Amino acid sequence: MPGEKVTIALAGNPNSGKTSMFNAITGARQHVGNYPGVTVEKKWGQVSLGGHDLEIVDLPGTYSLTAYSMEELVARDYIIKQKPDVVIDVVDAANLERNLYLAVQFMELGVPLVIALNMMDVAESRGLNIDPEKLSRLMGVPVVCTVARKGKGVKQLLGEAVETALSQKQWRPLELSYGPDVDQALLELTGKFNGNSLAWSPLGARWVSLKLLENDAEVQKQVSQDPGLAGHMEPLRQKLSDHLRRTMDDDPEGVIADYRYGFIGGIYRQAVQETRAQRLELSDKIDKVLTNRLVGPLILLAVLYGIYQFVFWASEMPVGWLEELFGWLGGVAEAGIPDGFVKSLVISGIIDGVGGVLGFVPLIMFMFFTIAILEDTGYLARVAYLLDRVLRNFGLHGNSVMAMIVSGGISGGCAVPGVMAARTLRDPKARLATILTVPMMNCGAKLPVYALLIGAFFAAREAQMLFALTLISWGMALIAARVLRWTVLKGETSPFVMELPPYRLPTLRGLLIHTWERTWQYIKKAGTVILGISILMWALMSFPTLPEDRAAAWDAKAGAAATEELRQEIEYKRGQDQLAYSVAGRMGRTLHYITAPLGFDWRTNVALVGGFAAKEVVVSTLGTAYSLGELDPEDTVGLSERLAKEPGWNPLKAFALMLFVMIYAPCFVTVAVIRNETGGWKWPLFSVAYTTVAAYVLAILVYQGGKLLGLG
Amino acid sequence: MENFETLRMMQVGQRAVIKKITVGGEMGRRIRDMGMVPGTVFTVMGRAPLKDPVEIKLKGYNLTLRNNEADNILVQAEEA
Repeated sequence: MPGEKVTIALAGNPNSGKTSMFNAITGARQHVGNYPGVTVEKKWGQVSLGGHDLEIVDLPGTYSLTAYSMEELVARDYIIKQKPDVVIDVVDAANLERNLYLAVQFMELGVPLVIALNMMDVAESRGLNIDPEKLSRLMGVPVVCTVARKGKGVKQLLGEAVETALSQKQWRPLELSYGPDVDQALLELTGKFNGNSLAWSPLGARWVSLKLLENDAEVQKQVSQDPGLAGHMEPLRQKLSDHLRRTMDDDPEGVIADYRYGFIGGIYRQAVQETRAQRLELSDKIDKVLTNRLVGPLILLAVLYGIYQFVFWASEMPVGWLEELFGWLGGVAEAGIPDGFVKSLVISGIIDGVGGVLGFVPLIMFMFFTIAILEDTGYLARVAYLLDRVLRNFGLHGNSVMAMIVSGGISGGCAVPGVMAARTLRDPKARLATILTVPMMNCGAKLPVYALLIGAFFAAREAQMLFALTLISWGMALIAARVLRWTVLKGETSPFVMELPPYRLPTLRGLLIHTWERTWQYIKKAGTVILGISILMWALMSFPTLPEDRAAAWDAKAGAAATEELRQEIEYKRGQDQLAYSVAGRMGRTLHYITAPLGFDWRTNVALVGGFAAKEVVVSTLGTAYSLGELDPEDTVGLSERLAKEPGWNPLKAFALMLFVMIYAPCFVTVAVIRNETGGWKWPLFSVAYTTVAAYVLAILVYQGGKLLGLG
Repeated sequence: MENFETLRMMQVGQRAVIKKITVGGEMGRRIRDMGMVPGTVFTVMGRAPLKDPVEIKLKGYNLTLRNNEADNILVQAEEA
């Protein structure tokens, strides 16, 4: 029947070339989103073939279809609940045995399946002689040879998938034998299902029984909710399971996996000829250097430093252009809109807000570009391999280091791309711990604050101070991660059993698609939140406006000023008065009761409230609060001198303030990104709260302790 | 029952065959998902700078795992 719509799910192991296949099939016509309720990325796209509209859904890359990881659960749920017309399993031909493990699990489910025998070129170069027809016959599934990176075989694959979808409307579960004991147990369990219709067809009773024996938490939950089954299934399962354990000295899930691999091994030996002995591949030779115990870490440091340099160097120009563009827009608004509320909203709320969103785009783009290179070449897995031992002590993962460095592990980074870089972590708890701690690193926006305070109070030891702050930020982030993993993120680290894929040259097309879709997601999703908070922050610092009589008094003074200089000074004082009168100013005064033990006065407090917009705003707000006008964060000499002379300020207070700025609430752009990455408001709010408390405690210890020691 | 060594004890460059996986649950599942089942032959390719994790080659691909996990894999080294 021509014109029928066909839904194709694309599945496969990580590193099997599944992503290349998806790109080869859909080109640029792809959509990115999340699976409902989870942060697992969902990609889909449409193409048409022979009059059929094909909907291609890219499932997360998985090694198996158990219920252990989010990715596996999502992939399995999609197939069971959405019932795609056919599944294409992309299989790495050079790594066939392990890749077929997933294929066998699809066959156990019974969903119509086509195998894409991908990277045939690599397999051939390794001396593997694969007979696709034999493989297809033995598996009972169509097999198509492909080289997705070069687009080879993609048409045939889609054709085969459509044909399978149209001809095989029923699910046909493969009834594999798992040995006499398990088979017997399956028979007994399956018998219990008779007469109890399963709410979740097209799943067969044997599959459900198999999963019960495998101790699959998700299926157990489903069964226990089924009133017809609950009660008598669990005791039987337990009995069989105990029996299997006794008779085989192994748990059922182990035995079942062994038989699956036995089945695969049999097919592999018939369909594949290894024409020469296993030898050191090029990739292994490269690894002799890159993961060498002495040279490896040095190269790693050089690579991380290089990435950092590249990202910030490459984005400098476009960031400058964007700044100029928004400066110009601000100028246009300044000239074109009459003074007053609307003008202030447009300039300080909207233009600054949109500028704030887009200002990060070049950074995010280049960061994702380099991550894509690391991922696609296979080096990222080596980073985790080299650093795992160290970072594990803190409950983090080898790949956390990437996020930490981008966030400002080398001073001057940015937590926004840093938080997004944590996507490379698969262990959800290690990932959250990374996301929640990287904002403590010294990002570029904290540097003007340090420059101001170091210039004022530690001018003689500038470099040492900055270095100390760098070490402290690493220490604090690692300690915080450790504490989080002991408390709110308690639990076993997931096992670190990771494939080290062979080194490959990435394709430019793949890199660009990766970079673009991630960047676009940031603009689309974080953008609206950031704009909203930007307007809110503007309102906090602008309202309420001075009462009329006070405003009129300032107008009169300014009007009476003899010189331009005097007038300017009066305008600055007026700015200070307005700030003090605003909501933020009042917050600053109220907070004074809390921050007095830290030595912070209301001006510092207002600056810290403003710093939530972006940490460098601490400097410009201090400028206004000390009636020096709005300061350029790059040029703080005037304010430095002023603070050095100001009573109540001393090196100890300055140091406490620097620590506070380092650790307290991430800026709201980061908060918006954390919300995106964690899929809700719970973690971003937690992040704001715990860092602020930590900053407060640390600053109070330093300030009061220092005073006791007579430093203040 | 014979006394096998665990994967942790293997030296770099050694070849061995997996005899038994002694852990269940998530860890056991992950280990098996990656193709480490009894009968599989592997070569120890290297160790990270702090001797942990370990890298092995099996079924034509490279895999890394921590010593903690390697403790649950009983192996028999091939005679050199």
